[in-house]
Amino acid sequence: MKTGRGKAVFGNQVFSAALKTQPNRNLWKKELDMIHIEHLTKRYGDTVAVNDVSLDIEKGEVLGLLGPNGAGKTTTLRVLTGYLPPTDGTIRVGENDIRSDTLSIKGKIGYLPESAPLYQNMLVYDYLMDVAAIRGITPDRRMARVRELASICALENVMHKAIHELSKGYRQRVGLAHAMMSDPEILVLDEPTSGLDPNQIIEIREIIKEVGKEKTVIFSTHILSEAEATCDRIVIIHKGKIVADGATEELKQQASGRYTLSIKLTGTTEAVCKDVFRAVTGVFEVKTGAPEEGQVSLQLSCDAATDVRPSVYRIIRDKDWGLLEFHRESRSLETVFRELTKEN
Amino acid sequence: MTTKRIYPIFKREFGAYFVSPVAYIVISIFLILAGWFFFSTFFLYNQAELRNFFALLPLLFAFIIPAITMGLVADELNIGTYETLLTLPVSVSDVVVGKFLAALAFSAIMLAPTLIYAVSIAFLGDLDWGPVIGGFIGALFLAGAFAAIGIFASSLTKNQIIAFIIGTAICFVLTLIGKMLFFLPDSMLGFFQYISSDRHFQNIAKGVLDSRDFLYFISVMFLSLYLAALSMREKF
Repeated sequence: MKTGRGKAVFGNQVFSAALKTQPNRNLWKKELDMIHIEHLTKRYGDTVAVNDVSLDIEKGEVLGLLGPNGAGKTTTLRVLTGYLPPTDGTIRVGENDIRSDTLSIKGKIGYLPESAPLYQNMLVYDYLMDVAAIRGITPDRRMARVRELASICALENVMHKAIHELSKGYRQRVGLAHAMMSDPEILVLDEPTSGLDPNQIIEIREIIKEVGKEKTVIFSTHILSEAEATCDRIVIIHKGKIVADGATEELKQQASGRYTLSIKLTGTTEAVCKDVFRAVTGVFEVKTGAPEEGQVSLQLSCDAATDVRPSVYRIIRDKDWGLLEFHRESRSLETVFRELTKEN
Repeated sequence: MTTKRIYPIFKREFGAYFVSPVAYIVISIFLILAGWFFFSTFFLYNQAELRNFFALLPLLFAFIIPAITMGLVADELNIGTYETLLTLPVSVSDVVVGKFLAALAFSAIMLAPTLIYAVSIAFLGDLDWGPVIGGFIGALFLAGAFAAIGIFASSLTKNQIIAFIIGTAICFVLTLIGKMLFFLPDSMLGFFQYISSDRHFQNIAKGVLDSRDFLYFISVMFLSLYLAALSMREKF
């Protein structure tokens, strides 16, 4: 106990000595900031896949990368994992630069490529043992580590099977075990749940959540509800650029700063309603919905800063129209996503 | 490039040969062809020597070795395991050298049973061991050079068959060019004679150990592996 305490005090002294020579903020940042993507650009010939993307990813964050097909998600992940060299800009992980220290960055990252490409003829056990060897795990610890991963990823029953015999879900889990082999600081998963059935999706999600408690996890996905359920932070990429970045709730609010109020009325006409409601402060646009016999349905697009509901209701009451429906639509991530990634 | 990183790759590739039937088929074809062509004329010549076997070997290797190496890179590119492999903490050169050593080790195992020819012939007559030992050493160098060429061919494409054809074509040209010198202009004779792998191999197989012949094989290996690494880096 005593020696332990002595060491701790010594450690503090070193720390405070370092404080004197360096500004406090920098030290704190060094502790937390793990991945810096700086002005990253990647071109394939004339096609720009990733266009001047900058992003700081904190240690221990679970980051969801969203975007339509061909937005540059996979390319960004491939540059980060050292598979593709960047055309311009760079990525730094801690102190290492992807251009010069590719190997040491690869050592820190566990990566599961899209659709988990694995050697088809190998047995799961042999494959994982080989990955352990390449990852530099000493022979005496390999077996224990492979066992541990088999239980985390629920692979115990298929260890003796060839990979091509496995179902998609099991293959994905072998890929996940491959990625987590060296207990990496950063786990990068490219569409880990694509092509799985709902049960398997939930299982993989549970594993991601569990790992995300201690590690930095970056994963790309098409499924918005999945990002909503698992991520601390969501980044939406469109045409190689970041179009939104933030916590799920933030993202819903910040998106174009509008919300929709839908109303259904009787005893009036569309033309009258349009004129009346457009005059209300905070209403940008009035759209009419599908007309029904004697009813008018309206969608008011409103400024998020002002709540227009009291004034709209007052108008309806004063005019003595019949009110059938009146509700404010909370914007789902899906609407945000569609708005941000629409063509043009 | 360190042995620490190359060894696991070598081990995996070498092991992978024996989990698929391709390895056994290739070894069988090689041994059947070599045995048939050699022993069908052996008793006619009535000489206790392996010269005919070694004369035959470059042609056999020219299509057997590219068959061994055709899938090494092409298959990884095709299935996508190339991405899983290269995002492990290894460099392209580790991968190339690891795969090359695996192909070379496999070729050595394929060649090993033919040592029995030498032993059995030694019982029949007075065998001169010098050219035999030279021949087997030369065969290893030849296999190495062709394996490196095959890996280069494999790194050019996702398709194993195309890789095999490109590899075989290059190996055949290098083997046969020494026999085509007759058609070439005098001014270029020296050059084509030098790049002929057959001539260098036959020198070693005669038991003449000249450093120039070894240098030739080593340069072919280095050049081909270097080109393979270049082509693998340019895959993106």
